[in-house]
Amino acid sequence: MIRFDNLHKRFGDRVVLDGFTLEVPTGGTTVLIGASGAGKSVILKHVVGLIRPDAGHVEVDGQRVDTLERDDLVALRCSIGYVFQFAALFDSLTIAQNIRLGLERQGLDEAVITERLRESLDVVGLSDVDDRFPDELSGGMRKRVGIARAIALRPRYILWDEPTTGLDPVTSATMDDLMRRTTDVFGVTSVVVTHDMRSAFSIGSRIAMLADGRLRAVGTPEEMRNIDDPLVRRFIEGRAE
Amino acid sequence: MLVPQMLRLGVQSIPIALFIAVFTGIVLALLASYIFTGTVPLYFVGALVGKTIMMELGPVLTGMALAGRVGASIAAELGTMKVTEQVDALETLAFDPASYLVVPRVLAATLMFPVVTAFAIALGVVTGWITAVNLLDLSTVEFVKGLRMFYVPKDLWFGLLKAASFGAAVALAGSLRGLSTAGGARGVGRETTRAVVLGCEAILVLDAFWALVLL
Ligand SMILES: Nc1ncnc2c1ncn2[C@@H]1O[C@H](COP(=O)(O)OP(=O)(O)OP(=O)(O)O)[C@@H](O)[C@H]1O
Ligand SMILES: [Mg+2]
Repeated sequence: MIRFDNLHKRFGDRVVLDGFTLEVPTGGTTVLIGASGAGKSVILKHVVGLIRPDAGHVEVDGQRVDTLERDDLVALRCSIGYVFQFAALFDSLTIAQNIRLGLERQGLDEAVITERLRESLDVVGLSDVDDRFPDELSGGMRKRVGIARAIALRPRYILWDEPTTGLDPVTSATMDDLMRRTTDVFGVTSVVVTHDMRSAFSIGSRIAMLADGRLRAVGTPEEMRNIDDPLVRRFIEGRAE
Repeated sequence: MLVPQMLRLGVQSIPIALFIAVFTGIVLALLASYIFTGTVPLYFVGALVGKTIMMELGPVLTGMALAGRVGASIAAELGTMKVTEQVDALETLAFDPASYLVVPRVLAATLMFPVVTAFAIALGVVTGWITAVNLLDLSTVEFVKGLRMFYVPKDLWFGLLKAASFGAAVALAGSLRGLSTAGGARGVGRETTRAVVLGCEAILVLDAFWALVLL
C-alpha cells in the first residue's frame, strides 16, 4: 500500500502540493488525473524519494520514504518500477544496456537478464532495437523502452507517468492492455498518471483527481463518471470553461 | 566504467598538454638565458628549465588546460543527464549517482592527470634542451649538467602528486556542478562555466597548499 499523508511541497514560492492525501491499495490500478502542471509527476517522485516533502510524508508498505536509511531506500527502489514521462533513457547506452543496467544492479544471473531483456522488449512490441541508441529511436519508441526498462525488473509497484502520451491509438491501446496484464497477471500495484480519459477509465480500478495541490475526488470509474463535482466532470468530459 | 573514462579524460587531453609543453619549454629556456647571461654560468638554464617545469609549470599549466577540457566535459555531461532526468532514472534503479557517476570520473582524472603531466614535463624539458642548444650558446653537455646538478627525485614526485590532486579537484568540481544543474540547456551552460572556473581556482589554491606543506 502507498499512503500519501498530507503532502506539502513548494518550489520557490510556487506551492505545488498543499496537503495531498491519498491511499493507494495494494493490487489494482489507481489512476491519477489532473491539469497540466498540477503536480502529478511531483507526487510520483515523492514515492521513490527523488523529491523530499516539505511537510507530510509518503509511506510505502508502512515505511516512511523520507526517513529511510540508505540500504532501505535501495531496497524500496528495487521494488518500485518508474516509467518516466519523457522516458529518461541513458543516452550513452544502447537500448539493451539501458534495460540490463537495473537487472545487473539487482545481481541477477546472466541467463535471467537475457531472458528478461527479450521478454520486456517483446511485450512492448519492439524488436531489433537492442544495439541502437536512444536518440536513434522515435519518441514513442523511447517511451516504450522506458516501460520495458521498468517492467523488466518485475517490481511490486509500477509508477507510470503518462505511459500513453505521444503514442499512436493502436500502440496506446496495446499499452493499456500491457498495464492491465502486469496488474492482473504479475500482481503489480500500478499508479498511472494520464491525461487520456479513455485509458483512465479502461485501466483504472480507482481514479483520483488532483487539483490545487490536494485530492479533489477519488472513486471507482463508475463513481467518477457519476460525480457531481462540476470541476471533476468538466475535466473528465474534456470541456472548456 | 573506469577505463573508458581514463581514455576519454586522459588520453584525449594529451595533444593540448603537449602543445602547451612545447611552448613553455621554449620560453623557459630563453627566459633563463636572459636572466643568467653575465651573472650565473649558463648551464643553470638546464636547472631552471627542469625544476620549474617539473615542479610548477608542468602540473599547473596542464592542470589548467585540463580543467577546461575535463571539467567542462564532466559538468556538461552530468548536467545534461540531470536535466533530462537520467540521474533520477539512475536513482530509481537503485544506483547511487555519487558512486556510479562521480567516483569513476574522479578516479580516472586522479590517475590520468599525472600521466598527461608526465608527458608534458618530458616534452617541456626536451624542447627546453633543443632551444638551448639551437638558439642559445649552450651545449647538450652543459644543459644536462645543469639539469642533473640540482635534480632531486622530490621535484618529480612533487609535480606529479600535485597533478593528481588537480585531477581529483577538477573532476570533483565538474561532477558537483553537473549534478546540481537545473533549468535546461541554459542551466547546463551556466554550470559548465562554473565548473571550469571552480576547477581553476581549486588548482591555484591546491598549488599554494602543496608548496606550503611540502617545500
Ligand atoms: N525540480 C523542480 N524545480 C522547480 N519546480 C518544479 C520542479 N519540478 C516540478 N516543478 C513545478 O511543479 C509544478 C508541477 O509539476 P509536475 O511536473 O508535477 O506537473 P504535472 O502535473 O506532472 O504536469 P504534466 O501533466 O504537464 O506533466 C510545475 O509548476 C513545475 O514547474
Ligand atoms: Mg508530469
